[in-house]
Amino acid sequence: MLDWLSDAWRDYGIFALALIASNALIGFMLINAIFSVWLERKVAGRIQDRLGPTRVGGKFGWLQTLADGMKLLVKEDTIPAAADQFLFRVGPYIALVGSFLAFVALPFGDGVVAREMNIALFFMLAVMSSEVFGIILIGYGSGSKWSLFGGIRESAQMVSYEIPMALCVLVPVVVAGSMNLGEVAKMQSSIWNWLIFHDPFTFCAFWTYFTCAMASCKRAPFDLAEAESELVAGFHTEYSGFRWLVIFMAEYGSMFAVSGIACIMFLGGWSIGVPVELTTFFGETIGLGTFGMVIGNVINVTVFLTKGWILVFVMMWVRWTLPRLRIDQVMMMCLKYLIPISCVLLVGVALWTLWIPAPIQRYIAWGIFAVSMGATAWLVMQMITLAKLPPGTGMPGMWRLADEPGYHGAPKAEKPA
Amino acid sequence: MNELDPLLGYLCLAALLFTCGVVCMATKRNAIGVLIGVELVLNGANVNFVAFSRYHPNFQVEGMIFALFVIVMAAGEAATALAIVLNFYNNHSTVDVDSADELKG
Amino acid sequence: MDDLHPYMFWLIAPLTGLCAIATVITQNIVRSATWLLFTLAGTSSIFFLLGADLVGAIQLLVYVGGTMVLVIFGVMLTAQGPFITMKTSGAEWAISIVAGIMLFAVLGFGATHYVRSSAERAKETVPENPKDSRNSTTIGQGLLGVPVGPSDPKMPSQTIHYLLPFEIVSVHLLVVLIGAAYLARTKRRKEEEAAP
Repeated sequence: MLDWLSDAWRDYGIFALALIASNALIGFMLINAIFSVWLERKVAGRIQDRLGPTRVGGKFGWLQTLADGMKLLVKEDTIPAAADQFLFRVGPYIALVGSFLAFVALPFGDGVVAREMNIALFFMLAVMSSEVFGIILIGYGSGSKWSLFGGIRESAQMVSYEIPMALCVLVPVVVAGSMNLGEVAKMQSSIWNWLIFHDPFTFCAFWTYFTCAMASCKRAPFDLAEAESELVAGFHTEYSGFRWLVIFMAEYGSMFAVSGIACIMFLGGWSIGVPVELTTFFGETIGLGTFGMVIGNVINVTVFLTKGWILVFVMMWVRWTLPRLRIDQVMMMCLKYLIPISCVLLVGVALWTLWIPAPIQRYIAWGIFAVSMGATAWLVMQMITLAKLPPGTGMPGMWRLADEPGYHGAPKAEKPA
Repeated sequence: MNELDPLLGYLCLAALLFTCGVVCMATKRNAIGVLIGVELVLNGANVNFVAFSRYHPNFQVEGMIFALFVIVMAAGEAATALAIVLNFYNNHSTVDVDSADELKG
Repeated sequence: MDDLHPYMFWLIAPLTGLCAIATVITQNIVRSATWLLFTLAGTSSIFFLLGADLVGAIQLLVYVGGTMVLVIFGVMLTAQGPFITMKTSGAEWAISIVAGIMLFAVLGFGATHYVRSSAERAKETVPENPKDSRNSTTIGQGLLGVPVGPSDPKMPSQTIHYLLPFEIVSVHLLVVLIGAAYLARTKRRKEEEAAP
């Protein structure tokens, strides 16, 4: 009875698999955007000493973004009369496709990847660079000066920051000897093997890469493209409704994509820190077979997503902490500082792997690992101690009531007589 | 030959791109339009290179390496051409290629 | 359906061709550039289809991320009106289209002739489906001076490598960088120079 079904599966199964994979990726991008927007609002609220969304969906307002999304879907879809209709319509989708294609090569777990590629890293950088064209079209096609300014700034910024970003991400490639993201992730099974701790150059490359990634995702302090205080909303000033949603899906998608690259190239991918392959562990050591491998991969994917979202959280943290740069400062930072730094890092890591003998490399790697762990522990201790203190103490120079004891600020204003 | 050789499809696509590029160069009066035509022509050539690298046994590596060189050269060519166009625009306040009829800038 | 290749080809190639034609017939220069972008993306997916992942990715990176942005910048910097168009007369169109069709006929005839004449030889030496891994590694080695030469049984000494062209291209790019920066630098217009 099922003959035709198996025949059909043999003939068309690959299409079905492709359909499932692409739908899963699109779904992930959507969920990622929903979650990230909620996180962004919560983080922004907490950092600015307010609550953020609290009502929709019960606790923590976790359905807020869904409600907003539904509102956006039924919103009127306006196209300005001055806009170039075709470019205005097509721009957001180009940006979305650029962001989506990056996920095609991004492995979420051991073999959990839509298309395993030998040059996956290069492919991801390439497709994310094509996102900029969508932004330019959005800016140009809107027929508004705010959009045009935003689009031009954005393109100049993204095209410039691509160079140090690619150079920095080449640093761990030199160490790992592969651009296959799955292979690179599997090399770093235990935490002291993570490529960020390999040598001083990879350690610096991580921070440089992360800075460039923030800039190329147009996140503050580099969000000149949508500088609200000068350009209304930058390149997406004229957008509303579904198209605006698409732009934001693309933005949060590429945020997660660059974080995913950072996780895999520097932070061990889906490694939990101990040298155990979870798929082999559950599949063979415990003896659960295929089911065990699935469980192992579910844990892998969870770990990877957590790491990626932690990096996304850091981006938000930075965004709501630092003030925005000026456009000339942004360009100068890239051209005068980041590009030379990344060139030095690339040459340095090549010479390091060539000239420094292996034992010394290992000692220094252990040193970097120990220092970073110590710094992390100190930071966590600081956070805990600060969290326990009553508000207004502990941080020097922090705003507090002038009447309270221990006030170090400006002298209390004299009451007018 | 019963079934269509896959190579023929690629060659026809390359021919189409090449022709479009030539027509584009001929019809556009905007200098940047001419540049777009050049890019189309180079892409047609590239499709040929890569198709031969797949289907011609003596050309497996060469095809791709030549395609890489063509891409890189095209980028350089576009940068130079745009610089020239900008210079021309500075001097003549237009990018119409028909007005570029004097040897002296 | 063990081989998807022809289906994917017939999906991508006509779209690419249509985009190329749209590039030619669109009058607005930015729209034309957008269609060119679609053509380039289609070409790069053709490269992926042919197993040349590296070339496809470089096509995306260099063309879409670099050259097209330059072209759009060029359009913006040289536009007098908001959405510039330049009309081409009907006679020019007619001549160009006739010439184009003739050129396409010649090229198509040549391609068909070539494929027909080399059909037998191609049948016996169609290479196995190339793995992208081998391709990218070989290309990289070839560019760095490892002999990768043609895998022709008649030419056993594989001594061909591409170090020299690679270096020449690098130097050429440097020259282009300097030259373009020199040419495009801001200059005062002629009248302004003459005025004081």
